[in-house]
Amino acid sequence: MGMTLTEKILARHAGKEKVEPGELILARVDLALGNDVTSPLAIQAFRSLGIGEVFDREKIALVPDHFTPNKDIRSADQARMMRDFAREQGIVNYFEVGRMGIEHVLLPDEGLVVPGDLVIGADSHTCTYGALCAFSTGVGSTDLAAAMISGEVWLKVPESVRIVLSGRPGKWVEGKDIILHIIGTIGVDGALYQSMEYAGDGLAALPMAWRFTISNMAIEAGAKNGIFPFDGVTKAYADGRSAREYAVVVADRDARYSGEIAVDLGALEPQVAFPHLPENSRPLSRVGNVPIDQVVVGSCTNGRIEDLRSACSVLRGRKVHGNVRMLVFPATQEIHLQAMREGLAEIFVEAGAAFSTPTCGPCLGGHMGILAQGERAVATTNRNFVGRMGHPESEVYLANPAVAAASAVLGRIGSPDEIS
Amino acid sequence: MVLKGRAWKYGDDVDTDVIIPARYLNTSDPAELARHCMEDIDREYAARVAPGDFLVAGKNFGCGSSREHAPIAIKASGASAVIARSFARIFYRNAFNTGLPIFEAPRAVDEIDAGDLLAVDMRNGSLRNETKGREYGIAPIPPFMQELVAAGGLLRYMAARRKERVGP
Ligand code: SF4
Repeated sequence: MGMTLTEKILARHAGKEKVEPGELILARVDLALGNDVTSPLAIQAFRSLGIGEVFDREKIALVPDHFTPNKDIRSADQARMMRDFAREQGIVNYFEVGRMGIEHVLLPDEGLVVPGDLVIGADSHTCTYGALCAFSTGVGSTDLAAAMISGEVWLKVPESVRIVLSGRPGKWVEGKDIILHIIGTIGVDGALYQSMEYAGDGLAALPMAWRFTISNMAIEAGAKNGIFPFDGVTKAYADGRSAREYAVVVADRDARYSGEIAVDLGALEPQVAFPHLPENSRPLSRVGNVPIDQVVVGSCTNGRIEDLRSACSVLRGRKVHGNVRMLVFPATQEIHLQAMREGLAEIFVEAGAAFSTPTCGPCLGGHMGILAQGERAVATTNRNFVGRMGHPESEVYLANPAVAAASAVLGRIGSPDEIS
Repeated sequence: MVLKGRAWKYGDDVDTDVIIPARYLNTSDPAELARHCMEDIDREYAARVAPGDFLVAGKNFGCGSSREHAPIAIKASGASAVIARSFARIFYRNAFNTGLPIFEAPRAVDEIDAGDLLAVDMRNGSLRNETKGREYGIAPIPPFMQELVAAGGLLRYMAARRKERVGP
């Protein structure tokens, strides 16, 4: 019996010919990631063992993005603990404010994750890099500490479910809608403990940015990772981006899958996930009248340049509705700069939106855009749990950047078609 | 070892944002985190939980973020364990890595009501609902994980491996 993409990458990193679903393995990691929320716990754990140095100072990435620029004194203390550790250990991939970005957009863009890698991160959306045909998954701070000690992680080999995409997506449908549709179909635990492996002729229509969005939200279906096969799109993104060589891994023809889900991209409409779970997705045409107070465009899900372009294509020459606050967070400094060069920043500001420095900020209800009691937001982020963006009685609706921008103009959730 | 306490019962998909809201993640102090544990769905919990009590929930408990602050907050709140129909995977490993016992027991969960007195015997793998007078089996811990426990936890296990490979 052959192996799936995930099984192959795990086997290579565990030094084995073959692995089977259910097997517990110790695997070598190519990169271990922490942020300003999860690293402090890992650093304390690391120090508690009295170990002098991390296993490899080039294979650890530390990114202050959640509560930075520092929100308050406590978050400043946490960020400092991480910075001090990075300096003391000579961590090569530490990214200071002003040179940083949201971790899951930053790392692949910087070439720190390449196809064939095994990456763990003390952040649940570490699964984002599956888009590059790498295995990556979120773990906790203790796992990060363990990886900093030995360069390894224990993993249970997941079963893989095959998601076969066909057809071409219609107007205003983006990566976000594909994944919201899938989560809406299988539920927030629909792929629990499993790998979601994408396949099918529909892949050709999926640009890299969409693949990142889709892999990013694998965790929202309970999955361990969401992985795409390596193809021309992957190659175009990966070539020349990293000093490290990458490996092209291909799933075996006789690989075993626990199930198959078929998605006809041509039949999809833009999706909106209603509070308070990402599985509450509905086609945009069935949303009804939902007035909103805030729109957030950004995050590791949809803060890429393609996302800003998509929002701008709707917003250009229009104004944000009088009752709405629109906040835009480019995911990295590089994207911020690019948005300025292309004139996107100008479009946002002229429309009456706030254009911010990169940060997770409102995505996790951290800072810079917290909702008051009873307020409603449309966000291009990935979670709409109770209290996710602020008050426990506020609401978050998840959508793609074009729908978010249209909603900002309309003052209620709506389609770009309604204003063009 | 026998864990004993009352049940605090919740539904499906209890996520890490309600176990400990992100607005409190600017600290990793367990006592401080415990004060806000579950507050967005249950204002009573943090104030009234008694040492040894159990969190009992439906499917996919702990879904959402990878924050280890979630199992830490539960443990520091005084709860002895979480019993659920199923657990989200990162929460599962975090609970294990931080020493919060968790048990998958779907049938028991269905029959537990809030306030029931429960006893879990970790050695013989049984869960007793003393209020209802019913007993259930619970799955044993996998062998690899027992190895980690025997080594004194994940970190010590990894430190020993590092010594083997690269020397002290
Ligand atoms: S943008 Fe949101 S989901 Fe992504 S890493 Fe930051 S807090 Fe997490």
